[in-house]
Amino acid sequence: MIRYVASRLGLSLLMAVLATLVIFLIANTVPGDPALAQLGDVAASNKEFLAQFRAKWGLDLPLWERYFIFLKGLSRGDLGISIATQRPVLEDIAAYAPATIELATAGFLLALLVGIPLGVFAAVRRDTWIDHAARFISLIGVSSPTFWLAFIMLAIFYGGLQIAPGPGRLDPIALPPPQVTRFFVIDTALAGDWSAFHDTLAHLILPSVVLAATTLGLVTRTTRASMLESMQQDYVRMARAKGLRERAVMISHVLPNALIPVVTLGGLAYANLLSGAVMTETVFSWPGLGLYTFRSAAALDFPAIMGITLVVAVTYLLINLVIDVSYALLDPRVLR
Amino acid sequence: MSRTAHSTPIDAAPVLQVQGLKTHFFTDEGVVRAVDGISFSVAGGETLGIVGESGSGKSVAALSLVRLLDESCRIVAGEVRFQGRDVLAMTTEELRSLRGGGVAMVFQNPMTSLNPVLRIARQLVETMVVHQRYDVDAATVRSVNLLGRMGITAPGRAIRSYPHQFSGGMRQRVVIAMGMSNEPALLIADEPTTALDVTIQAQILELLRELNRDFATAIILISHDLGVIARVCARVVVMYAGEVVEEGPTEALLADPRHPYTWALINAVPRLDRHEPGARRLTTIGGTPPDPLNHPPGCRFAERCPFRIEQCARHPDLLDVGPGRKSRCWVAQAGGTLAGHRREASPAMAQSASTGFAQTHATLLARGERLLEVRGVTKHFPVPRQGFFEPHQVVHAVDGVDLDVAQGETVGIVGESGCGKSTLARLIARIHAPTAGSIVFAGQDISNASAATIRPLRRRMQMVFQDPYSSLNPRMTLGETLGEPLRFHGVTHGTAETAERIAEILELVGISPRAVRRYPHEFSGGQRQRISIARALAVRPDFIVADEPISALDVNIQAQIINLLVDLQERFGLTYLFIAHDLAVVRHISDRIVVLYLGKVMESAATDELFAAPLHPYTRHLISAVPIPDVAAERQRRNLPLTGEPPSAIEPPSGCRFRTRCPIAQPICTERDPALAVHHGRHEVACHFPGKFS
Amino acid sequence: MSVGYRALESAALGRPSKRRRWTRRYGLATLGGGIIAIWVLIAITAPLLSPYLPDTVDVVNRLEPPSWTHWLGTDALGRDVLTRLLYGSRISLTTGFVVVLVSAAFGTLVGGIAAFARGRIEEIIMRVTDLVLCFPPIILALAIAAALGIGTTNTIIAMLVVWWPKFSRLARGLVIVQRSQEYVEAAHVVGLNPSRILMRHVLPNAVGPLIVLVTLDIGNAIITFAGLSFLGLGVVPPTPEWGSMVAEGRELVDQWWVASFPGLAILSVVLGFNFLGDGIRDWLDPKSRRR
Repeated sequence: MIRYVASRLGLSLLMAVLATLVIFLIANTVPGDPALAQLGDVAASNKEFLAQFRAKWGLDLPLWERYFIFLKGLSRGDLGISIATQRPVLEDIAAYAPATIELATAGFLLALLVGIPLGVFAAVRRDTWIDHAARFISLIGVSSPTFWLAFIMLAIFYGGLQIAPGPGRLDPIALPPPQVTRFFVIDTALAGDWSAFHDTLAHLILPSVVLAATTLGLVTRTTRASMLESMQQDYVRMARAKGLRERAVMISHVLPNALIPVVTLGGLAYANLLSGAVMTETVFSWPGLGLYTFRSAAALDFPAIMGITLVVAVTYLLINLVIDVSYALLDPRVLR
Repeated sequence: MSRTAHSTPIDAAPVLQVQGLKTHFFTDEGVVRAVDGISFSVAGGETLGIVGESGSGKSVAALSLVRLLDESCRIVAGEVRFQGRDVLAMTTEELRSLRGGGVAMVFQNPMTSLNPVLRIARQLVETMVVHQRYDVDAATVRSVNLLGRMGITAPGRAIRSYPHQFSGGMRQRVVIAMGMSNEPALLIADEPTTALDVTIQAQILELLRELNRDFATAIILISHDLGVIARVCARVVVMYAGEVVEEGPTEALLADPRHPYTWALINAVPRLDRHEPGARRLTTIGGTPPDPLNHPPGCRFAERCPFRIEQCARHPDLLDVGPGRKSRCWVAQAGGTLAGHRREASPAMAQSASTGFAQTHATLLARGERLLEVRGVTKHFPVPRQGFFEPHQVVHAVDGVDLDVAQGETVGIVGESGCGKSTLARLIARIHAPTAGSIVFAGQDISNASAATIRPLRRRMQMVFQDPYSSLNPRMTLGETLGEPLRFHGVTHGTAETAERIAEILELVGISPRAVRRYPHEFSGGQRQRISIARALAVRPDFIVADEPISALDVNIQAQIINLLVDLQERFGLTYLFIAHDLAVVRHISDRIVVLYLGKVMESAATDELFAAPLHPYTRHLISAVPIPDVAAERQRRNLPLTGEPPSAIEPPSGCRFRTRCPIAQPICTERDPALAVHHGRHEVACHFPGKFS
Repeated sequence: MSVGYRALESAALGRPSKRRRWTRRYGLATLGGGIIAIWVLIAITAPLLSPYLPDTVDVVNRLEPPSWTHWLGTDALGRDVLTRLLYGSRISLTTGFVVVLVSAAFGTLVGGIAAFARGRIEEIIMRVTDLVLCFPPIILALAIAAALGIGTTNTIIAMLVVWWPKFSRLARGLVIVQRSQEYVEAAHVVGLNPSRILMRHVLPNAVGPLIVLVTLDIGNAIITFAGLSFLGLGVVPPTPEWGSMVAEGRELVDQWWVASFPGLAILSVVLGFNFLGDGIRDWLDPKSRRR
């Protein structure tokens, strides 16, 4: 097992390094002057600044040398300076990350806690109303563009019915809680500020539902298909032939096997949540990485975009590593 | 030790009574009458066999007994009584208590019968706990005992393992242990050994006999193999097209069948013990079982029956035709016996009219020119590694095999799974290139030659594969499949010539030439195998490698294909390399036989000599393990069970590979690997102590 | 006690007619196909159907709710939403088709070659595939699009780079299954060379699940392109495109029609492709043929 984890870890590290190469190539084979792209018009007009920048990143050196400088910078945590905020990109990302993590976690939990049971029931009660409802919901979830769904939800529940709070993590006049973890849900609870706690949760509902939508659709479909497949297996028939109760057959024999493919979905779910976050945060003015990405994209803030891409890619690799290991834990056949 | 099914003291009260059971499938195309009114009973402690080919309804019947059917399948009529209780009227809870309690089941495929993510302990214990016979701790202890009783070594450790760590034979033992754990009165085993090797099959059948003897558990054994039935069952029921067509004590039924279908089954199977020299063809009947959507009104077997009379247009009932014997046949009921009744002239029987060809073939054989010479051929496959830190491992699929095939000869290669026979076939046909060794075909060394060099030789060597369902491209019509090799090798030029040749070959293999525009899925398994043979024949090869060409077919169709192969060989002077695991078939068709074990040749000799006086212990055990459909003959045979499991091909035993299971192994067998050496004449054997048994 | 009543029950049940069975199984798929066909028609005939021109600015009538003169209302610049919607279908559908079909063709070929060639070549190809798949697609597309600059063509290129690996992976998996089928071995024994075997025998049989993926994926591509446009990277304004239309209206909660209708259009098209894709998948699956 240790060997398996070690070799997977090694592979992930290799991929991470190659990912940096990809990012570097994209950033540096841009049509036009990379310095201009990295600094923006305003800063680049300052000749001295430009010269400093060129020297620091070795823009006059051959490509592969520049890559090493880039790597060295990475090891120090230097992802460049954001053109828009004029702060180090890494600092920006660290500042915006918690809001996204909070939202993404909420969305992920929602997708799993609703999606898996829905998929299970849809399979067990095949062709009944619950099956059709589940398939309908997942279809809508998978087919709706997140940015539009965010808008519609806001328009209906905030604009129309006025039962949901507006954009943002808190009411515009409310004060954020003391920064401990920077996760508002936890921080408000820690501070004992229950009205702020409720406010936080209220603001969290709509965006997390939107964010969860696509992933929910995916999880439900996969769970349903996997359950149906699992129910057809010989060992399920064997379990019935042994005289086990139907519930025991489902829980002990069908479900464990059915859930294994769903676990491997985790990576795909993360990718979905990320791209969804960009759209959702933009519409809900949620001050997270997604909003940061949107602003960076709109402003063509090159260093920010590259920094975000790298951070996201590395996180993605990490999550896939965790999934691989979980898979090995769940399915004894993997390790043999 | 006697190896026949003997009489256990039988209770008067029947354990199971089935009366007029009908189970139908409701499909989009109509109602499939899978089981159409069967009746039989099983006494306490009795062993009953149910014999039938695919489509006979035997598996559906077994599932019906405990109502384990799919949604689309329903029992529509009849009565099933277990120990007097009406099974069809049971509530869900009563039924649940019956399954695994009074009645246990063993299914065909041991690889899929166990849940891969649960430990063995869990799967055994849950059976006992749910029937409230033991608590968890007691059940765990009992599980260890059960596994030991079923012949699993180190049961304490086995309990904590997962199914994928076990071989097929061991998994089947676990399934049987699960079945026996609640001391059932009846064990239903549906083709329990079909997916297992011959020697493992022998072990499992022996286990079933012991369980029947020691625990007085009644056994219903379902199989298509009459030999298996003969070894275990005291009584037999024969099913055809959803009905029981004959019933009786095994010995009497096999010696003197009273229904033409039973007669056909018995005669279509080549016998391991009897071999008439020169009689290379099997008695076979034509046709296929009737369409289950649309049974014929009269006797369902009449269409194929060589003994058909006018009365057969009316549907016969199952009536007594002797003491303890029943038959559903007008001819048998009128008092006729079928044993000596070999009707020769019926057009439905495939016959050879090719004595002229047989002469040419014999002359060719006598010349003895070598067509294929294989020396020291080896093939190692790399095992995919789990990660960077795992060591590189290889599967020693074929490890130094020597082989000679002369023109006109049929060389049979026999062995169990993992022996490397399929890989050897693919090496000879150059689908793979050997890791080491040489293959010389028609004087040319093809071992490492380039594809371009081999291409012209491919006209002379072709191959027939095992699975009729995947050996034909599902998206190409018959005409395209057969035309491709013809055009590629330039055998024919132009559409007209190609079409003519295709028609010619199709006639040869017995397929209507009008079928050229059809796709493979429109044909039956047997027909597809004929098409495969046609494809091999198209380019007029000299040499055909046949890799298990009949294993996936029903018994009667197997006989037809064997006859076809023999016909073609005599007619065209073909040379065959015939690979199979079925020793009786190989004996029937081969001039010489090569026995493989774990990638090496154990013994190689002329057919008759190999069976008359085998020199290698493995050969001896292999022969002994094959069940013969003749109770009297079985009784006279010596039982030589082979213990243990085949070792891993990734880490084969040092020295002689067979030593881990060999009863006469000595220290030298661990140190030195015996080379394949000539013992006398053309009989070669790889053993330090050839012929020195016991 | 016999169970004769069961026989009566089964006789009385009867079977639904063939047409009703067909509708139940493939009704949605046909609906999906119909939706797609309608939108393709709209895309082709947009100029004929639109009451206005897509670029006509009419600031006086900006942000008008849906009315008889403007069926779907007007946007912030007074442009008719319906017209822009109909014209927008051209970009969305075209990009969807182009991205998926091109990357599917390329990816399948690459994956098929990888599986067939084995050894070093397979390793290298799969490592490159994995590398691209390391990045969540939209983020990478974002990065590339930003690097190349705004514009439909650049965005399509960015998407192509990101899109092909999933087909490569699927194709490789399918070919691996096929290459050990006996009919492929038989073709080998006949003497055919590998490229012919791949093209003539293997790929046609592997194509089923690929077609399903292509159909389902066109919907994804449309959403992704719209998403990139929403973020400001896709089309150049004032080109009418569904994603950028939603972006223009995203803060106009009270003038909901500006952002809602384009999104609904996307939803309907994608639903169509999903229905169709599911139907094709069911049609190909031999197990779904029982009642």
